[in-house]
Amino acid sequence: MAGALINVPANVKRGETFEIKTLVRHPMETGYRRGPSGEAIARDIIHRFVCTYDGEEIFRAELFPAVAANPFIAFSTVATQSGELAFTWTDDAGHSQTETVKITVA
Amino acid sequence: MTDRFRQRAAASLAGLALTLAAAASAETTADGRRSGFDYMSRETQSMQRDDSANPGMLWVRDGEALWSRKAGPAERACADCHGDAKTTMRGVAARYPAFSEEAGRPINLEQRINECRSERQGARLLPYESQEMLGLSAYIAHQSRGLPIAPPDDERLTPFRDKGRAFYEARQGQLNLSCALCHDDNAGRRLAGAPIPQGHPTGYPLYRLEWQDLGSLQRRLRNCIVGMRAEAFPYGAPEYVDLELYLATRAAGMTVETPAVRP
Repeated sequence: MAGALINVPANVKRGETFEIKTLVRHPMETGYRRGPSGEAIARDIIHRFVCTYDGEEIFRAELFPAVAANPFIAFSTVATQSGELAFTWTDDAGHSQTETVKITVA
Repeated sequence: MTDRFRQRAAASLAGLALTLAAAASAETTADGRRSGFDYMSRETQSMQRDDSANPGMLWVRDGEALWSRKAGPAERACADCHGDAKTTMRGVAARYPAFSEEAGRPINLEQRINECRSERQGARLLPYESQEMLGLSAYIAHQSRGLPIAPPDDERLTPFRDKGRAFYEARQGQLNLSCALCHDDNAGRRLAGAPIPQGHPTGYPLYRLEWQDLGSLQRRLRNCIVGMRAEAFPYGAPEYVDLELYLATRAAGMTVETPAVRP
């Protein structure tokens, strides 16, 4: 995994619903393909995505092989307090990537 | 394929046709030339418009990092000569392919990058479709986003442009097709389920959903050539660069969209 694009508004009003958009780079190898000499290519997909808001889990997704490469996940939440949003993607190879974004709630 | 899936696929195709009819023609020129953007579904269009949903921006960001990374024994980065790409590279990609004194013929943006690498940095050449080449070319071309494609007014390019045009119009392959048969004579109609675009290279390198990856114009050209059941030339072949040159002339004045998204 290398690189993620995260779009979160920098400022939101308390009690307001806001959208979070995430895009991460990953080949999402299905495990159904074969290499040039016929050997099976092992499955390697992001199978879990978790978003926490000030340490509290607010969104979780489990992904399966039908999901395209470079998965885009968008969801929304309610602004409660200024704090940190942390996003973690975990793949079959055991790699995980975490990105954090700060938001200010007025 | 289950019946339910088939129904759903038919329904979404009908929906696609509706959105196509309703799509705003922001990318259409006065003389009726249309970017491939215009033929896409509204969903794919908004994916391209939104920089946080456009996967091509991942490569643009890679390219930004590579721009200032030192390479080769000369320990020199692109930024050491060219400075801030946001100003120095603005409009550059819109002028390529351009004539190269060293090569004695037109070269495309990728070849220009490699010329810099070998002449100035002494670094290894980047192969086509390598992540580094895609990153750098996407970053450079991105600086021209919103500007018109402006092929240089250079006498020396004329014979190569003519060759490109001849290649575009020549029938080839087992299906005996030419580029012009689809992209001039039948543009806007459908090939199987997909609309045939006019074939203007406005957004390269671009993210193709089918590839699930970024790809150069040369990859797209080879794609079409293989579809015609003709034998493809290797990446960077002069035939393709001449064709790129003709296509740039054909699309002159259209807006650069890099990184574009296509289905």
